[in-house]
Amino acid sequence: MKQTVTKVVALVLAMVLVFSFVACSGNDEKTEANTETTETTAAGTIKVGVLAPLTGAVAEYGNAVNNGVVMYVEELNANGGINGKQIELVTYDEEGDAVKAVTGYGALVDQGVVAIIGDVTTGPTVAVVVESQADGTPMITASATAASVTCEIGADGAVTRVYENMFRSCFIDPFQGEKMAAFAVEELGAKTAAVMVNTGLDYSTGCADSFKAQAAAIGLEIVAEESYSADAVDFQGQLTNIAAKNPDVLFIPDYYSVVALMAPQAAAAGLKTTLLGSDGWDTVLDVVTDPALIDGAYYCSGYSTSDTREEVQTFVKNYEAKYGATPNMFAAQAYDAAMIMAAALEKAEASGAAAGSDEYKAAIIAALDATDMDCVTGHVTYDEYNNPQKSAAIINIKDGAANYWGNY
Amino acid sequence: MLFLSQCINGLQLGSIYALVALGYSMVYGIIRLLNFAHGDVIMIGAYIALLTIGAGVNPALAVVLTILGCVFISVLIERVAYRPLRSAPRISLLITAIGISLLLQNLAQLLFSANTRPYPGAAIIPTKALRLGALSLSLSTIVTILVSVGAMTALHLLIQKTRIGKAMRAVSEDTGAAQLMGIDINKVISVTFAIGAALAGMGSVLFCCRYPIVNPNIGSMLGLKAFVAAVLGGIGSIPGAVVGGFAIGFAEVLVTALGFSAWTDAVVFVILIVVLLFKPAGLLGRGVAEKV
Repeated sequence: MKQTVTKVVALVLAMVLVFSFVACSGNDEKTEANTETTETTAAGTIKVGVLAPLTGAVAEYGNAVNNGVVMYVEELNANGGINGKQIELVTYDEEGDAVKAVTGYGALVDQGVVAIIGDVTTGPTVAVVVESQADGTPMITASATAASVTCEIGADGAVTRVYENMFRSCFIDPFQGEKMAAFAVEELGAKTAAVMVNTGLDYSTGCADSFKAQAAAIGLEIVAEESYSADAVDFQGQLTNIAAKNPDVLFIPDYYSVVALMAPQAAAAGLKTTLLGSDGWDTVLDVVTDPALIDGAYYCSGYSTSDTREEVQTFVKNYEAKYGATPNMFAAQAYDAAMIMAAALEKAEASGAAAGSDEYKAAIIAALDATDMDCVTGHVTYDEYNNPQKSAAIINIKDGAANYWGNY
Repeated sequence: MLFLSQCINGLQLGSIYALVALGYSMVYGIIRLLNFAHGDVIMIGAYIALLTIGAGVNPALAVVLTILGCVFISVLIERVAYRPLRSAPRISLLITAIGISLLLQNLAQLLFSANTRPYPGAAIIPTKALRLGALSLSLSTIVTILVSVGAMTALHLLIQKTRIGKAMRAVSEDTGAAQLMGIDINKVISVTFAIGAALAGMGSVLFCCRYPIVNPNIGSMLGLKAFVAAVLGGIGSIPGAVVGGFAIGFAEVLVTALGFSAWTDAVVFVILIVVLLFKPAGLLGRGVAEKV
């Protein structure tokens, strides 16, 4: 017994030692970073943070966002930057983890960024927004679609408080659920619907709730509602239940990898229904084993490469030239987020306030509120909850390709 | 008919859990180690199949390579990480196993990136569905059930009827006495890891044909569920792992079929807690008095 105690004590001491090493090295880095900040600020640059998951399970989104932001900033800097000042991006990889995202927010603020573009997915973004209320650093997310990203939502679903410093360039979950329910009834003539919800994902429950609310309002009967947890791979039981009800449409608000898992199981369960998806379905065709499994599905997206507007075509051409790949919705929304933020920074710079001061932050936020510009993903103005007002592109999967159906 | 479909779903899910649980139970039976890296060996197996088939290797050969790759990795892990700790306290082994699990996950992320990729399952088992009236049965379900039952029977025969099986049982019963009787302990343990890993390799192919995406995290939840199955059946007991695997598979599908799909994972882990509280030796495990 005594020996065990000694061992435990030794172990604890060893851990303390290790942690103190980690903490020390962390401090060193911080001091270095701070010195670097003072030097570069003197040289006349504007530091903007990018908070995104560049590795981890949702890295595909983070990298697309980062590419879009980097591309806009490089274009802006090449054209002389903001009033002669270059924008310097400080990137932090939060690995798709809410705790690391909050740490990353602190690290970026410590390094003297005046605004942040990020975060990417809903969970970490909400965590960061709450953290940011202390200092009010202006932020814009390219892709976090939950209603609770820009305002605090009470238990009854009503907005209790708007996060003044938080904006976004994408549309919101309730918007997607409402659009898809209305689309199912008006364009597909659906009478009955089923919903599959990922209970471990705010994004999924947000879309599903608004889909159900809209369905009730317009007389679309929900015949089955099934759910699964975030790590689930087997949906056979749920899909068998849904197949027995034979609904006209099945709404699956989740990311592409889950859709890729679900598609063959839906076929095996004998499910024959039109699948509806949310914007997380973007790039689903890269992961699904057989495109025929999701043939005829519809999902909404922030933009489509088939859109003929000049902004879209120029963006797609430049992106392909730079990265050698077709830009997805996340890259487009990130490009827009950077564009909206840069326009606001320009106004804040013109106000003459000192970079990073409260007046400077207030000037950025006032400029963001007044945004009224043509972006790649549509014309953007903001409502009182800092959400952009724009239409959704509907994408139809047909013969192994994602076709632009039109704006809805 | 709905009930019958759900039973087949349970059988299919259960057979994969049973196959993976066997790997846990065998290793635990021999060296009292919860090999938490087992689920990640399955993930490595998925990448081997993905890369070999992607490189144009014949799918049948790719399956063989997957199984051999899993065996190689597992035996290597045993040799490098577990054997030096043979006389160390069991907690050190457990922590090492968790460390190996994290190492494999992060290594895979470094080598293959975190992006989800499609698994070429259709090249191994064609995606066909058999229709028996209103009942639809996919080919992968049939193959999974058949292969699992076959592998379990072979394993049972190996342990009960062969010399190496007898040696395994002897080492499991009393390592010290087995050594005194002239059994090469290290060889027996290596063989145990190899067999467990071969089952993991088969599990990897069957699992991924059924759930055709690959990313560095696919092994962790599967590993946890199979671990619960092994504990439920009585960890260390071979028939226990099979019974536990099917029980967990059926429990999950039953909860879903009754309309409580949000509760499936909760029910699985509540089963673990209840078993640990009231019957720590599991359904078919032998209660052994702890040496204090």
